[in-house]
Amino acid sequence: MNAPLMIFFVLAAVAVFGAVSLILQREPIHSALSLIVVMVALAGLYLLMGAEFVAAVQIIVYGGAIMVLFVFVIMLLNAGEEERTNFSKLATYAGIPLALAVTGFIAAAIARSGGYLPAAAPNGALTSTKTLSMLLFKEFVYPFELTSFLILVAILGAIVLAQREN
Amino acid sequence: MPTHEHLRPILEYLWIIPLLPLLGSAVNGLLGAKWPNKIVTSVALGSTGLSFACALEAVREFFLYYEANHQAFVKQFFDWIVAGNFRGGFDLQLDQLSVVMMLVVAGVGFLIHIYATGYMAHEGGYYRFFSYLNLFMFFMLILVLAANFALLFVGWEGVGLCSYLLIGFYFLRKSAADAGKKAFIVNRIGDFGFMLGMFLLFRAFGSLDFQTVFAKAATWQPDAMGQFGTLTIACLLLFMGATGKSAQLPLYVWLADAMEGPTPVSALIHAATMVTAGVYVVARSHVLFTLAPTAMYVVAVVGCATAIFAATIGLVQPDIKKVLAYSTVSQLGYMFLACGVGAFGAGIFHLMTHSFFKALLFLAAGSVIHAIGGQQDMWHMGGLAPKIKVTFWCMLFGTIAIAGFAPFAGFFSKDAILFAAYQSENSGKALYGVGLLAAVLTSFYMFRLVWLTFFGEKRYDERHVHVHESPGSMTVPLMILALLSLVGGWFAAPALWGGPNYFADFLAPVFGNAEAAGGEAAHSLELTLSIVAVLAAAVGLIVAWRMYSGRVTRGTSTGLHKILYNKYYVDELYQATIVGPLVWLSRNVFWKVVDVGMIDGSVNGIAQGTEAVGDTVRHTQSGNVRSYAVWVIIGAIVILAIIFWPLWRPAFFVATSGGVR
Amino acid sequence: MVPTDYYLILSAILFGLGIVAFVFKRNIITLFMAIELMLNAVNLAFVAFSRALGKPDGEVFVLFVIVVAAAEAAVGLGIIILTARNRHSLNVERVDLLKL
Repeated sequence: MNAPLMIFFVLAAVAVFGAVSLILQREPIHSALSLIVVMVALAGLYLLMGAEFVAAVQIIVYGGAIMVLFVFVIMLLNAGEEERTNFSKLATYAGIPLALAVTGFIAAAIARSGGYLPAAAPNGALTSTKTLSMLLFKEFVYPFELTSFLILVAILGAIVLAQREN
Repeated sequence: MPTHEHLRPILEYLWIIPLLPLLGSAVNGLLGAKWPNKIVTSVALGSTGLSFACALEAVREFFLYYEANHQAFVKQFFDWIVAGNFRGGFDLQLDQLSVVMMLVVAGVGFLIHIYATGYMAHEGGYYRFFSYLNLFMFFMLILVLAANFALLFVGWEGVGLCSYLLIGFYFLRKSAADAGKKAFIVNRIGDFGFMLGMFLLFRAFGSLDFQTVFAKAATWQPDAMGQFGTLTIACLLLFMGATGKSAQLPLYVWLADAMEGPTPVSALIHAATMVTAGVYVVARSHVLFTLAPTAMYVVAVVGCATAIFAATIGLVQPDIKKVLAYSTVSQLGYMFLACGVGAFGAGIFHLMTHSFFKALLFLAAGSVIHAIGGQQDMWHMGGLAPKIKVTFWCMLFGTIAIAGFAPFAGFFSKDAILFAAYQSENSGKALYGVGLLAAVLTSFYMFRLVWLTFFGEKRYDERHVHVHESPGSMTVPLMILALLSLVGGWFAAPALWGGPNYFADFLAPVFGNAEAAGGEAAHSLELTLSIVAVLAAAVGLIVAWRMYSGRVTRGTSTGLHKILYNKYYVDELYQATIVGPLVWLSRNVFWKVVDVGMIDGSVNGIAQGTEAVGDTVRHTQSGNVRSYAVWVIIGAIVILAIIFWPLWRPAFFVATSGGVR
Repeated sequence: MVPTDYYLILSAILFGLGIVAFVFKRNIITLFMAIELMLNAVNLAFVAFSRALGKPDGEVFVLFVIVVAAAEAAVGLGIIILTARNRHSLNVERVDLLKL
């Protein structure tokens, strides 16, 4: 049991705990906070693996922008405790079994074949920002430009949606 | 060998002979509805007359051709069916047998057309009648001129169709419509056998052309008596078709009902031409039949049995046309008897003479019916002889001819048949005896007809019926046919009577000299049998005279008379055993179960199934987002399952460690 | 050394929890957050593979996923605001106008 493994288990436990908390909380704001916990834990895991740029982006964009947006909307809509309606019998009865099925599938697949993968450890060089940016602007320049286009569309959409009706 | 086509214009364009009536039919049928009778008449008579003229010319050219080449004239005009090895072409053939048939069909047909212009002059649908009649001529000419079984079958079916159309000409009368249906359906049963016969011939010989089939068949070993080889079965099947078309046992039931049609139709189709098609087919296929003695014997026995059977029914019928109808069935039996004992030439000879006097008899009967204002029951006639003299004398000529008194035509032909039957090896004497008895009966019922109709007291109401002779358009053909009934036998008289025996010699190239009877012993036998035949006819005449001249009353129908009057209840028997069960089966099984239940049910069932599926699937569209989410996840699982299939194959659960690759 | 499988299994577990959250929560915003959770699980898997195979392509893809998630969140939350105003409720089961 070495240090990385222990850190992994801790962070993993935190992430799972955060996810479970998201499900079990009644107020949406509490769910949002749980999600932030999950994201931070994941950022830690990224760091453990040596992908520091991704970890940084995760915290900044996901935790600092997207989740803030969520919190703002919750505040705006004054989202309180959700009412306990249960119109879908299908969802009630089939929900957990299906989720277990999906997880089980993937987990089983991984367990069967994952042994062939080398360990995800920061052996060798860390992935530097330079390497990532070279990739981003050379091989992946086309998707990169497309995502900028996507953001433009999102901005326009948000503006249109936010317009008052005159 | 020079062919001199330019000398034989008609032969090169032989199709003109059937085509002319077809054109007449089309013109009259499509355009004639608004035309006055005169124009329709000229189109119909013109096309038929021209066709007959062309036929005469074709015969003349054929004689020249035959002198040069000594073989039948066959010309292929175009390929009708070409499929694999099979070629069924529009090929026409002319040999001595076709010449006889063609002249009979075209000539007698033309005379009857002329008669019909007078008979049908006041009927509605005049143009339709002549259109159908011309169409019939087309199909019949195709039938006799065809050079292969396939084209013959086209004509065969076509005349059946025209028969249906013409029997049901007065289609507003239910009995007429039913009679038309009955004729067509019973014919169809025979056609089924005919088709099977054709298929068998094709399978055996690889072709349906007459020349090919008969040439190949001649090299085969004949089947033994009692052996059902390919040839025998094919011949029996062809004969089954002939029994349907020519109204022999057991498929004769339609001919009596066919009298619902107008009298010219009865004369042309059901006396002179269509019903003789069966005899023609048997005669044409004589090569096959002579190699199949079992089939020949069956033909002879069926013909003989039909002859006596129909004659007995004709003894007591009150309707003048029905008597003639059963007489036709009986005479056709004679023709088949002739073919069955190998005397094909005699059969065709009788076919020719029969067409003369039977057409004459029918047309004269039509004249009587016309004179007396539509009445067909002989018990309401009587004493007509002084009023309609021409008709009476013509009818009398025809009756004497059919009874077989010398020197009228029927004597020579019937005599030839009975002589050939007597000499036949397979129970020839028995066949002869039955045939002789049928001749007695024939003479009896025909003279009964004459006496009931023309003599005795008037059994009709003079105040309402004005008896008048028929117009010239009707009487002239009668007289021509009467003349033919008298002289028609002379040029074919056998050598016995010092006649030139033209007919047998004429047909010898077709039939071979099979009927050459040799020696003086045969001659004296023939003479004896002829005298016996005339005596038999005289017996019939005398009995009829005793019973029906003078005062006659119609007795009640009991016992044997009742059975004969009701035609041995054969129609009722067929109705009970065949028609009734079929109708029941059709209604309760094929309609209710198969059509409504299975076919409609499956189509409706698909619709109902779709409805049910839709009704069930509808519940997925609940409007509830969470349900939708569940469906998405189910879809995702399915895709995962498909992608990870190598992983979770049953082997997955057996091997545990190490993963699966 | 942390074997790659552990990361992947954690990713699977987080994904499954995301599915459970998505199916069982009724608040629209919480639903959205469940989607974000699923996306994060997938990101974890990408990065794990990227490190295991030694290629940085996976991390680049993670960047794209994050960008898309941001765009989606912006527009989606805008729609949620409008819907919530229209239906006067944040319960997703109240948005059922497509019910047959």
